[in-house]
Amino acid sequence: MIIEQLPALIIVTPLILSLVVSVAGLWERRLCFPLVVGALTACLVCAIGILAVVMRRGEPIHYFFGGWHPPWGIEYTIDYLNALVLVGVAVISLLVTIYAKRAIEREIPDTKHPQFYTLLLLHITGLFGITATGDMFNLYVLLEVASFSAYAIIALGEQGAAFAAFRYVIFGTIGACAYLLGTGYFYILTGSLNMADLTHLLPHSFYSKALLVGFAFFIVGIGIKMGIFPLHIWLPDAYTFAPSAVSALLAPLFTKVGAYVIIRIMFTVFDPSFAIGLYPVTDVLGWIAAIGILFACMMALAQSDFKRMLCYVLVAEMGYVIIGIASANRFGLTGAILHIINDMFMMACLFTVSGAIFYQTGTRNIYRFRSLHRTMPIIFALFIVGALSVVGIPPLCGFFSKWYLILGAIQAKQWGLVVVMLLSSLLMAILFFRVIEIAYFAPPTDQVHTPHKHGNTGTVMGSVPLSMVIPMILIGIGIVLLGIFSGVIIKHIIAFAIPSTL
Amino acid sequence: METVHSATPLVALIASLLGALLILLTGAKRANLREFWTIAAAVTQFSLIYSMLPHILHGNVVECTIIELYTGINLQFRVDAFGMMFALLASCLWIIVSVYSIGYMRTLKEHAQTRYFFCFAMALFGATGVAMAGNLLTLYMFYEILTISTFPLVVHKETPEALRAGRKYLVYLLTGAAFVLFSMGLTYYLTGSLDFVAGGFVTGHGSRGILQLLFVTFMIGFGSKAAIMPLHEWLPSAMVAPAPVSALLHAVAVVKAGVFCCLRVILYIFGPELLVGLGLWILLAFFVSITIIMANLIALTQDNLKKRLAFSTINNLSLIILGAALLSPDGIRGAMLHISFHGFMKITLFMCAGAIYAVTRKENISEMGGIGRQMPFTMAAFAIGAAGLTGIPPVCGFISKWYLCLGTLEAGQIIFLFVIIASALLDAAYFFPLIYNAFFKKTTGETTRRKEAPMLIVAPLVATAAFSIIFCVFPDALLHFFALATKSVQTIMGVL
Repeated sequence: MIIEQLPALIIVTPLILSLVVSVAGLWERRLCFPLVVGALTACLVCAIGILAVVMRRGEPIHYFFGGWHPPWGIEYTIDYLNALVLVGVAVISLLVTIYAKRAIEREIPDTKHPQFYTLLLLHITGLFGITATGDMFNLYVLLEVASFSAYAIIALGEQGAAFAAFRYVIFGTIGACAYLLGTGYFYILTGSLNMADLTHLLPHSFYSKALLVGFAFFIVGIGIKMGIFPLHIWLPDAYTFAPSAVSALLAPLFTKVGAYVIIRIMFTVFDPSFAIGLYPVTDVLGWIAAIGILFACMMALAQSDFKRMLCYVLVAEMGYVIIGIASANRFGLTGAILHIINDMFMMACLFTVSGAIFYQTGTRNIYRFRSLHRTMPIIFALFIVGALSVVGIPPLCGFFSKWYLILGAIQAKQWGLVVVMLLSSLLMAILFFRVIEIAYFAPPTDQVHTPHKHGNTGTVMGSVPLSMVIPMILIGIGIVLLGIFSGVIIKHIIAFAIPSTL
Repeated sequence: METVHSATPLVALIASLLGALLILLTGAKRANLREFWTIAAAVTQFSLIYSMLPHILHGNVVECTIIELYTGINLQFRVDAFGMMFALLASCLWIIVSVYSIGYMRTLKEHAQTRYFFCFAMALFGATGVAMAGNLLTLYMFYEILTISTFPLVVHKETPEALRAGRKYLVYLLTGAAFVLFSMGLTYYLTGSLDFVAGGFVTGHGSRGILQLLFVTFMIGFGSKAAIMPLHEWLPSAMVAPAPVSALLHAVAVVKAGVFCCLRVILYIFGPELLVGLGLWILLAFFVSITIIMANLIALTQDNLKKRLAFSTINNLSLIILGAALLSPDGIRGAMLHISFHGFMKITLFMCAGAIYAVTRKENISEMGGIGRQMPFTMAAFAIGAAGLTGIPPVCGFISKWYLCLGTLEAGQIIFLFVIIASALLDAAYFFPLIYNAFFKKTTGETTRRKEAPMLIVAPLVATAAFSIIFCVFPDALLHFFALATKSVQTIMGVL
């Protein structure tokens, strides 16, 4: 049955197609884009199929690669949690790829387009793999697949990208090493790399210091990959200098998949009691996240580069997910998982907006956005949708995840975290209304308008093509729908994704 | 009391949302069609809301559940008598102000009119949503929509002053919203429910200290929109907006939404019994009493007409909260009536201020000597509104203030009676010299030829002035405010 093969197909299709794309690109560059879109459409179908199967069966899908059963073979285990993340990744990657076609024309030379598409597909393969796998070492491999393609694809960007990518390589490698070391500790203690096995075997060594060290390595490793404060320092540079389409893909997805991994390891592989009761991991994480959110908001306020500001917003958003994990109760975790999905859409929306503005005007400087809404009304309307969602205005989706996160923090009696979350939404409001004010209400200065007597900057660069606008509109609609139907998602999916012991 | 399930509340809301979208799509090129959508949306919304009135007067509630958000939380509309009052008020005045807006904006040839009318419709979408919301989360949702959609109206002029006012507006209101969000989370954590219940539903949940904290955070949150001192600072600044915005939003929809929410908290979340038990009502009453007196004293010193009216608004808003805080049946009835009646009177005054500006470009009271002879209709309407706010019959302000006074006696708190009377005297002190000068002051040199504003501006303000008188003579006429207030009091006090 094809249904049984879905977990394999979702990895194998993009992996093979990425090879095909790189070869086909040598022959005819125009073939790349349809191939990539075809692969990602297939992935989306697979992801939805997987989610449907999981929801119908009500239990996880197990897939054994090559028919080898664990502990020797690699097992893919897909339950409610990763099925949901898979769908999120599939939707956003497909939409952003369609958006990317025209967006990269301005930023990447034609000859490098095949490489771009290959790396893009490889990266997405990695993301699907990380999400679907049930094996700690396989996760490492796919994490590196995703990371290495990310390093390369970021380096395709503007001046400064190469250096930023290099910094990212250094940090990313340290993170990967830390993750690998952590996994090594788990392996030494238990003799298994399979997550389901670890779930049973690890509790025997819960009081071992080695396990604690391994866990610390693991947290640091993933923390670097997902850009948690204070391990985020590579992130703003890398995502700012990357091509617009690349940051629009990486920013929403890679960090969220990292957040998924933390939830998976802390609450499935380890018993929730390990990180909550036995060691105060969640408390520590919560406070680090709180400081990180405030720090990131402050840094974002200091930026005049729009994309760089968004990068710091992203760091703050990751802090929210960690706060949800730190609350360590049903509300908090509901908020965290919901926020993973919501934030994919919000960040995709904002980063694609940044790319579209850059496409039309060639600037990312906020202070040059004066009266831009006249020439690009739809883009700025989408910006407002994304921005208000991040600020947390209902009925947009960002409000609902924030609501559950706050409920979680209240239930955990973490009043400090509640205050930080409320304060940060005010800072976010200042952040985004600053941009809205400039784009909509600030009087146009002479500097922008007089040099271009015949049409302003818009006509210099050409307006944003429909193939970029339509995916953006779909993402914007997604933000609204995710908000209104958040209850449905929680009731039918997220409620089963949370460990029953909580 | 029965529950009537009907989609009417949702359809009424969609009317304004759809109106807003059509306005946006039509754009400035077809201004007449755009204005048609405004009026059409306003009339449709009003008639839909009005069609629910018979149910409510029978003592039923109209309910409409859209979608379940979480266990115990629905996106739900539930129109009771109190919500009906506010929904009727907002949607009825929207029609009148729409006409006025068209006249005003066209006379002044304002820029960005599409944005203006779009945001206006969105703000009304928010305000009626607040009125009809059945639980706190739904209310919060529309409360935020109202806040955000008003921002572009505050900064409409796009001058540095307007931008500053806009920032101030956002900082105050979003901070307030953060407090509300916290209180809402705490309420849900304590009770597992967010649905409004006449007479309150938090009794017996949580310790005394927690409930006291909850009440304070709620009042800070909604109080920022209701402009309770010291959270009032944004309102006078926001007067930089065009006159119709000040008229509808800063006299009726926005601030009244704040007051409405405060009353929802006092009467439908905490309930009179609990508040007496917690001993917090007296604290709130003193707090708003200070605002009542202070706002009127400051109003005396303002030369800018709209700013003076703004402080008068702050005064009246606190008067409403005072009535509710007294927790006596007549006090609550007075408060609810004053929400509606003050709406009609204050909107008249703001529209007069706008009319004066549109004709003469005068904003300061000191320049308005003799203006009554130049614009007799406008100033006559102004005099009616001002007399009403002071509490002189036969204008409806008398009725609501009468019940407020009765409420203080009923609660046995004579001191607040003096507060209300002192505030009325101060009202007289800053309104009557203005009216006297407008009609009787000798003007030097300037022409006193009659020059009224265009029909579209004068007709609405004459209409609201006329309503203000009608509501005094027949408090139950047309919109049935008196019956609705009585019904609300009955359900809250449990005498039904």
